[in-house]
Formats: sequence, structure tokens, C-alpha cells
Amino acid sequence: MTDLTKLTAVEIAGLVASGETSAVEVTQAHLDRIAAVDGRVNAFLHVDTEGALAAAREVDTRRAAGAELGPLAGVPVAVKDVLTTKGVPTTVGSKILEGWRPPYDSTIVQRLRAAGTVMLGKTNMDEFAMGSSTEYSAYGPSRNPWDTDRIPGGSGGGSAAALAAYEAPLAIGSDTGGSIRQPGAVTGTVGAKPTYGGTSRYGLVAFSSSLDTPGPCARTVLDAALLHEAIGGHDPRDSTSIAAPVPDVVAAAKLGATGDLTGVRLGIVTEFGGEGAEPGVMAAFNEAVDTLTKLGAEIVEISCPNFGYALPAYYLIAPSECSSNLARFDGVRFGLRVGDDGNRSLEEVMSLTREAGFGPEVKRRIMIGTYALSSGYYDAYYGQAQKVRTLITRDFTAAFERVDALISPTTPFVAFPLGARTSDPYQMYLADLFTIPTNLYGGPGISVPCGLADGLPVGLQVMAPTMADDRMYRVAAALESAVGTLTPPVL
Amino acid sequence: MTTTLPAYDEVVARYEPVIGLETHVELGTNTKMWCGCPTDFGGEPNTRVCPVCLGLPGSLPVANKAAIEATIRIGLALNCSIAQWCRFARKNYFYPDMPKNFQISQYDEPLCFEGYLDVEVNGETVRIGIERVHLEEDTGKTLHVGGATGRIHGATESLVDYNRAGIPLVEIVTKPIPGTGALAPEVARAYVTELRDVLRSLGVSDVRMEEGSLRCDVNTSLNLPGAEWGTRTETKNVNSLRSVERAVRSEMLRQASVLDAGGRITQETRHFHEDTGDTTPGRSKETATDYRYFPEPDLVPIAPDPAWVAELKAALPELPRLHRRRLQEAWGLSDLDMQSVLNAGAVELIEATVAAGATPAAARKWWLGELSRRANETGVELADVGATPAQVAELQGLVDAGKLNDKLARTVLEGVVAGEGTPTEIMTNRNLEVVSDTGALTAAVDEAIAANPGIADKIRSGKVAAAGALVGAVMKTTRGQADAKTVRELILARLGA
Ligand SMILES: [Zn+2]
Repeated sequence: MTDLTKLTAVEIAGLVASGETSAVEVTQAHLDRIAAVDGRVNAFLHVDTEGALAAAREVDTRRAAGAELGPLAGVPVAVKDVLTTKGVPTTVGSKILEGWRPPYDSTIVQRLRAAGTVMLGKTNMDEFAMGSSTEYSAYGPSRNPWDTDRIPGGSGGGSAAALAAYEAPLAIGSDTGGSIRQPGAVTGTVGAKPTYGGTSRYGLVAFSSSLDTPGPCARTVLDAALLHEAIGGHDPRDSTSIAAPVPDVVAAAKLGATGDLTGVRLGIVTEFGGEGAEPGVMAAFNEAVDTLTKLGAEIVEISCPNFGYALPAYYLIAPSECSSNLARFDGVRFGLRVGDDGNRSLEEVMSLTREAGFGPEVKRRIMIGTYALSSGYYDAYYGQAQKVRTLITRDFTAAFERVDALISPTTPFVAFPLGARTSDPYQMYLADLFTIPTNLYGGPGISVPCGLADGLPVGLQVMAPTMADDRMYRVAAALESAVGTLTPPVL
Repeated sequence: MTTTLPAYDEVVARYEPVIGLETHVELGTNTKMWCGCPTDFGGEPNTRVCPVCLGLPGSLPVANKAAIEATIRIGLALNCSIAQWCRFARKNYFYPDMPKNFQISQYDEPLCFEGYLDVEVNGETVRIGIERVHLEEDTGKTLHVGGATGRIHGATESLVDYNRAGIPLVEIVTKPIPGTGALAPEVARAYVTELRDVLRSLGVSDVRMEEGSLRCDVNTSLNLPGAEWGTRTETKNVNSLRSVERAVRSEMLRQASVLDAGGRITQETRHFHEDTGDTTPGRSKETATDYRYFPEPDLVPIAPDPAWVAELKAALPELPRLHRRRLQEAWGLSDLDMQSVLNAGAVELIEATVAAGATPAAARKWWLGELSRRANETGVELADVGATPAQVAELQGLVDAGKLNDKLARTVLEGVVAGEGTPTEIMTNRNLEVVSDTGALTAAVDEAIAANPGIADKIRSGKVAAAGALVGAVMKTTRGQADAKTVRELILARLGA
């Protein structure tokens, strides 16, 4: 009998649609897998066994009734705990929301349900999506299935680890500075950040509103494209959502899978060269560049002079927005409340709640952001960072006049050992060095496995113009067709 | 703290006031600013709420187009420029009645800016500069339970009702208004009155100060003639037109007494107390909150199409001041008469009464006379006195038809105010119609002549003026229901005079 957990989403959907297996069987197989390995991986913060089986039964019932099923019907999906799920705990990896059961579904989750996917549960993440290793989760780190002493990336390490550990064939992440792509790279999976506004943020617990982008995670490019198609598109409840159809990412992934990139021009960013990336990562990347050339792509070097300012600009904009977004966590209406003994003032209860509920990285960013927005400093920090953002956007626009897409290593280093970078925040921030410019620009980016370095996965990032998400899927699928998917060691 | 306040005349002789007004108007849109929750007043606490207006994690605002339209119309009516492109901004501060602990407002990019409103004070036109008109969201309401004062200090529990949270709120800020001298309190009142009338004519709000849909903060400062403007205070909780005037006056007196004693004015928020007419200090602005404004990233910029703005401008209703001028002409009133109509708050009532068929003179007579008197006696606004323009017009119709005389009409009006029904119903039910049957009247006249032979003789001898006594007697026997003129004619005819 086939191990249902080793199949792609496309394969599972095919078997369910043909009746060779049922959605319930598929779901049960994944729930069993989670029960067997998640003690070692800690990908899930909450497994919704009942809800998953109910959703699976519904798919089976509909199939039995002859209803037409969508391309992902019956496929299990793990959802990053940053998205609200009606009646299902949503913690954002923080103690401050422990026990909170939202009264509403995020748009992404609604669309997942509408597509007939089966939500297995909620995955671990750095608290409020702030981090690159899941070590800032209030519920303990997730572990990389390639080596459980190493990090699975972050903030969406739980979703990536769940894929690599075969606990789920599909997962949802959110990418503010690389939180989908970097975990994808270090776990040997595929992670795509759509164009900002291409996927709805309604129900995504905000970290940095102008950067947060939910997106698909999968083990193959085509699976990611199918998931992207299912969750993407305009949402009237998100004012920043783009009122245009989702680019045809599925067709692009299929086109790319033919392995032909003739006529495609790809740019390598000069400023990313050599700086900060580990030799093993650069070696794997350079090998992938050769592969892309062999597939017919034309490679050019392109200077994006302002990319060097992306990291500092990001660490002003994101904390500024977060300092405001996280103000609502005060113990008044939901979540944790500390010190309400009838004697303390409202201010004291709010302070004690926030003191107890937020972890150190969240507090650090709230303080940085509060400072950056304060009167007298605004222009020098937040205002200046917004100008840098404009310059970075210009770099991208100029680059895309010459090339179809940009490529780079996704992250400068392979999965690092747990604890290796927690003592120095800047070392942690460097993990997003290559992914952050895309967020500041608002365009799409995807990480696709391109090889191994010291036995650990390396990801290649493809960056495309806004609303040209299809281009990156084509390039990623072409590379995947040549490199193949990476298979982690058996847990 | 009780200090003897200087006399107002002395204060304005020595100091020059500068005032400024910030007015908040709750818009009468059907739904809230960022969500689809209804805005109706008076629901059970926390029944008009959803994830968006509760600020639940993950929720996002979507701007209400009707509110943007209403704000632009207000701006146009106040002669403002309309921004071609502007953004909402977050105003960050912690307070439990603010679900997100920030208010979505506008900061340095208001939707409307640089306008003016002309108001009339003592027959003179004063042009009040409008600095900005911007759109924001209202907060919830906090109720402090268990304390003696209803304030947060000493309360054992604080309850929050979020029904009001997210209702669209327009803030209208004047430029500083110098040079009004002793008239400063009246100018403040005239401005708020005129603004209220403009907002009402636009139909954008029910502008009820007592329900808080129109709220006013008054800035006041004093300076010596020729000197720089003084430190200003901001008086909140000013909840009626009368209070606007009293608050400015009271704050002028208080500041003068501080300055006279060699003190300095603290820049602070003060609270106005309706009962005493005093202001007391609120939080000091010298340790001002840093609101850390920044552009709201969850909303897209507003860029009103100029053609749409032009359409809105063309469709503005006639503004109250022009409307009043037209009415004054149509009603043939002197400036003084018009002023008394305005002071009584009777313009719209008279207009409606005329529209229902009464002459302007008759309508004015009822509203400024009997009904104003009753409103004053019972302490209600004229509009709430209990009679409608249609009823007043109907009443006058009965008078014109000779069915009621003036005295009977007053009696019927009392019944209307008491809610007994329409004028015709009351006249019929209470049997108040004028006796016009001359047979019955003749009998009453004969009876009166027979009962007063001495007076009758005087009349016969040509002393026609004596007829009044007989008319009185007839009116008495007919319980006032006869037409006095007819009675008089009958008496004279009967006595051959
Ligand atoms: Zn609502």
C-alpha cells in the first residue's frame, strides 16, 4: 500500500477524486504521522483531529454525491498559527494569546475550506512572526527534520518542518521579511511569497501590515502553485488586496516543468555576491545557475545599489508598524490578563499583561518601533526608512526592465544549530538578508531547493515583478525539473 | 478652590481673547467607518460589534465611502479645498475604550482644509477660518462603576460598551479666532450654531449635542493688547450651545484672575461643568502624550475623483445663511424681527408651517408667541414643545375660517400641546367652535339687553362705546364661543344705534 504521506498534493487529490482512496484515509494517515513524529519535530501547536476528520468526511460525502471536486479537495494542509481559525486556538506563537479561540475565520482559511482542503492544525512559529528559527516561539522551537538539532527556519518553521517531516503535503505560511522562503530553503521545501496584496491579510494577525504576505508552502513547485491559486485573489475585506485575477501560476509551473527556459533572462544581484553567504551555499547556488543556463536561461549580472540598505530599513519599518499593531494586546478584550486582582489600576493590569505575555524579541521590536515613531525621531528613522523603500523599489523596477526575474540564494546560511544565533539578534536578522528587499518592494519571491551543502538543503530564490508571480513559478519549476525534490532523511 | 473673579467688563478691557473650536460630529451613515455594523443609537451594550470594530487580532478596516462623501460635502459647505490625495493615520495611545489602542484618524493630510464659515453676531458678519476637516473613528464608551464620581479614580469596575466604537467621526477645527474682544463667547456660540445648521442642512448628522453626536472642545487664551497670544487651555465636555458661550466666558474670567495675580496659565485640558458653569483641570498637556502618528498601512490613500467632488459641490443644498436671507425677504421681516425668529430657533418651524398653508405672519405669531412662551416655561427646545408645523397651520386655518376666535384657538393649542389630538378633533371634542348661529346669538343678546336696561339706554342715546359691557355679558353666556364682532353688530342693530 502506498504511503499516503509521501505523496504530493496533486497525487493525493487525484487518488481522492478517482476514489482510490478517501479523504478520511488520507487525513488519518497524516494524523498518524503527526502522532508518530511531532514529538521530535514540534511542528504543530494544535492538531485539530476532530475538525480535520469532519472536513475529510465532507469531501468524501460530496464526492459520493457526484459533486465536482476542486484540484486540492481532500488534501491535508497545515496552517501557520498566525491566521485566525474560527473556534480553533490561534496563538501566534505567543503566551499573550494562549487559549484564544477566534470567533471568525481568516479569508485564507475560508478559501482553504472552500477548496475542500483538510486543515490538520496550526503550526509553530516565532512569536508574532518575529524571528528566523522558531526559537522565539513561546511554545518551544520546532526542529529541522534534516537534523533535529538544527532550526527549521522561521518564522514559519513549523509549516516548513511539517512538510519536510511528511506531516502535511501542503502548508500556509506568512512572509514579512522571508518567513516563508527562508524556512523553505533550510528544510528543502518550496515556499512562495506572493505579490503583496495578491493574498488577503484579513485574519492574519498583523506583525507589519505593509509587509505581511500569506502564501503557500509545499514540497513541489506545482503543489505550491495550486495552493497559491486556491488562496489568492481579491478580498474586499482587505483594502490593500489587489483587485485583479491571480496570475496563472499553475500554468506557469507546468510550463516550467518542461525544463525549457529558452528566452528567459535572469539577473544575479551584484550586491548579494560574496557578502555574508556561506561557501557551501554559494557553491550550490552557482551550480544551480549553471543548471539554469543549461535549461536555456540567459544570466546577467545586475546592480541594485540600494539593496544594502534593505536590512536597516526593514528593521525600522517592521518594528514601527508592529509597535502599533501589537498595542491591542492589553488583556482587556481577549487573551491573557495578568494582575487583575481588584486592587490594581487599569494601566497596571495592561502593563503586567504585556510584561508577562510578550517574549524578549517582541518586546525588543516594540521598543525599537515606539522609539522610531516618536516625535522628533520620526523623520530620521521611519521617514528615512520609507525613502529607502522607495529607492529599493526603483532598483527592482530598473532591474526588471532588463531581466524577467532576479535570482539569489534564499538565505546566506544552511540550517544552523539551535541556540547558535539567539544571543545576538543581528546574527539572526542576517538570515533574511536576501529575502527582505522583495518585501520592501512588494513583489513576489519563491524559494526552491537547489542542492545540498554539507548534507543540508540550500534554496534558490526567484524574485519577480509585482503581479508577475507566474514568472517565478516557471523558473522554479524548471530548476526543480533538473535538480529534483530533496528527500529528507527518514525520521 | 474659590477665588473672586474679576468683572467681565474689566477683563475684556484689559485682555484680548483668542478662541478656537474643535468640533466632533458623528456622521449619520447607516454603517460604521470600517465595518458593516449598524450605527443606530441606544442598542444594548456590545450588540453592534464585529471582529473589526472590536479590533480583534487579524481584523482589517475597509473605509466607508458614504462617510468619505459626507466629509467632502462638509468640507465643500465650509468653503474648504478638498485633498486630491490623502491618507489616514494612526494615533497611538492606550485606553480601554479604543479597541486597537490606536485611533484611525488623519494627521498631516486632512481630507478638507483651508476654508471658512461666515456667522452673524449682532448683525455683523464674522468670518471664521476653518483649518481642517478630517475623518476618524469614534471610540467606545467606558462606564466606571462603584466610584463616587463616575470617574476612573475610585471606581471598583470599569465596563466598556463598543457599540459606538468605529462610528465615523468628523473633526472640524477652526483657525485661531482673535479680535472678537468682549464678543468672544457669543462668536463661539454663533459659530457652533451656524455649523450645526450647516451640518443639518447637509443631512450628514442628527447633530444632537445632548446625545453626543455633536461635541465641542473650546480653546481659549488671553493676552495683553499688542502682546503675543497667551497659553491656551482646551475645555472639553461642552454639551450645549449655551455651554459653549458660558465655557468661553468662564475660562476668560478664570484666566484673567490667574494672570491678574501674577500667575501663568498652564496648557491643559479642562472640563466644563454644566451645573456650576465652571471649568476644572483635566490632564496636563505639558507632559503631552506622543501619539506617534504614522500613515495607516491597512488602508489605501483616498484620492477623490475631481469630477465627483465637482458633482458633490454642485449638489450642495442651499446653505442656512443664504436660505435664511431668502426667507427673510419672502416673509418681509426686518433684520430685528428675523433676529428674534433666529434666537427662538423658529426658522425651520415657521418655514414648515408656511409650507403647510399658513401665512408667514400667522406662523410667526404662533411660534414666537404662545409656543415660545410654553417652551420657555417647560424648559424645552421650541421644536420639542409638542406642536407640529402642520398642526399650527391647521389651527390657523380654523381661525381664518371663522370657526375659532383667538381665545378659543389658544385653548385648542393647549390641547394640541397636551397631545389631545389635531386642532379640529380638539375643537369638536371639547365643543369649542364659535357660535355662529344668529338665532341663538340673538336670544343671548336680547337676554343681555333685558338684564342691563341702563346700559341699553346709554347705547340707544348714542353712547356706542358702552356696547362693550353687553358684548362681555353675551360672551360670558356663550362661554366665549361667539364671535365678538358679530355680537357687537347684533347689539347695535337691536338697539337701533
Ligand atoms: Zn463592526
